[in-house]
Amino acid sequence: MKKTLIERIEVGSGGAASILLDAIPQTYTDLYLVISIRNNRSAAAAEEKIYFNGNTSNFSTRYLEGSGAAAATGVISGRGFAGVEVGNTSTANTFSSTAIYIPNYTSGNAKSFSSDSVQENNATASAQYLVAGRWSDTAAITSITIDSGFTLLEYCSASLYGVTAGNDGTTTVS
Amino acid sequence: MATKPTKLIVNCSTGERTVVELTAAEIAEREQMAQEAEAQRLAEEQAAADLQALKDSAKAKLIAGEPLTAEEADTLVL
Repeated sequence: MKKTLIERIEVGSGGAASILLDAIPQTYTDLYLVISIRNNRSAAAAEEKIYFNGNTSNFSTRYLEGSGAAAATGVISGRGFAGVEVGNTSTANTFSSTAIYIPNYTSGNAKSFSSDSVQENNATASAQYLVAGRWSDTAAITSITIDSGFTLLEYCSASLYGVTAGNDGTTTVS
Repeated sequence: MATKPTKLIVNCSTGERTVVELTAAEIAEREQMAQEAEAQRLAEEQAAADLQALKDSAKAKLIAGEPLTAEEADTLVL
């Protein structure tokens, strides 16, 4: 397996409503997306959401949640739930950390993804999520949008990696 | 005048980066999506709280030897 950085983007001083990773090369086996987010919501946290190819609805997810006080499980459908983002009342200068793995993103079948996401907050309440998701679309994933509905603040970042099968990316695996 | 929200676009094939102002339609769509997501989240939280309340009531009645309602009994069926 070989992991290659495709793009890293950081939000500038004006903030941004969303990040669109477009024209994703179709030459890798899997995708790995690492996101660090703080948004302008007047709350400690907000849902982190991703969309593929601009599609916002064909998603179904199951999650495990630890809130800092209790554990829970749940189902979210109709939006690309990927975990948690730090809101603007969390401890200053903290950002959420989320790692999303998308296997077989060029497949002609429905796509799966998994997400490991943590808030960061110097308080008892600080959430973490493990998410298993499905995107019920047969199109190859050519773009990923990160958009929670709130403004992404300066220094938010997203790094997209391409993962190639084989021990060095050139070995054929059968 | 407030600045319009923007989206950050990265072309992952060429590396080109552009900052594009959202159109009025995109802003409206985003606001609607945020409202819908918030309403859905609140509904999900309420549904979870209602279910927990039914479970708690069923447990209390079982301990006290009182009859359960059909809704409460449903929470005990796996």
